[in-house]
Amino acid sequence: MDAGPQSASPTRRLILLAAAGFGLTSFAAPAAATSAAMEEAIRALLGEAAVNRGKVRLELPPIVENGNTVPLTVSVESPMTEADHVASIHIFNQKNPQPYVAAFHLGPRAGKAVVSTRIRLADSQQMVAIARLGDGSFWSDSADVIVTLAACAEG
Amino acid sequence: MARVLINLPARAKRGEVIEVKTLIAHPMETGYRVGPTGAAIPRDIINRFVCTYNGAEVFRAELFPAIAANPFIAFFTVATESGEIAFSWTDDHGETQTEVRQITVE
Repeated sequence: MDAGPQSASPTRRLILLAAAGFGLTSFAAPAAATSAAMEEAIRALLGEAAVNRGKVRLELPPIVENGNTVPLTVSVESPMTEADHVASIHIFNQKNPQPYVAAFHLGPRAGKAVVSTRIRLADSQQMVAIARLGDGSFWSDSADVIVTLAACAEG
Repeated sequence: MARVLINLPARAKRGEVIEVKTLIAHPMETGYRVGPTGAAIPRDIINRFVCTYNGAEVFRAELFPAIAANPFIAFFTVATESGEIAFSWTDDHGETQTEVRQITVE
């Protein structure tokens, strides 16, 4: 009987779709930019060397309620002897204002390559840990975190 | 002087791997926050932590604003001999606080 609303609904759906699509792209752009900052920081650490997956374990809670203090533990499989040990461990993040989180320098006297600390997270993101061994090789692990209350949200 | 908590065993067997936990009271101001007047609060963080065992460096950390307030760092070291384990934290103003703990190795 009344064709008005029926003919109007496809257009409205299209407008909603277009709005949703625009929203997605506008949110995706800054994320890609900050991820590039992390890539750059990692590249500066690695130089020409290649990074291998494995040996390193980065442990973070998968869901974080408060981004102001997030417990983090990195462990590296290593006998920690003079010949074969972890020289340093570097932690990076994707979406905080700065890509670097911390660098820990160890040596054979550490006995065990395990370090824990507490960090801040500005958003849900991927974290990367890279370990440099005494022989100069790099090993990495990554972990995804969902943050419900971000750090630096309130003034 | 900031309050410090250090947790490590007072006695250990020679060659034992011991865990050392440290915490220092510090706001770790990131420099990205805005104060009540609308001006940015200047950055003030502890950027360096060093642990020495009888004078030899066994652990060192470079810290960035992403480290939470009251920085907590836990790591391991081998109990090689009796003596002093010293911890020092350095902030953005170049001030260093050092704490020393004794360990007996048998």
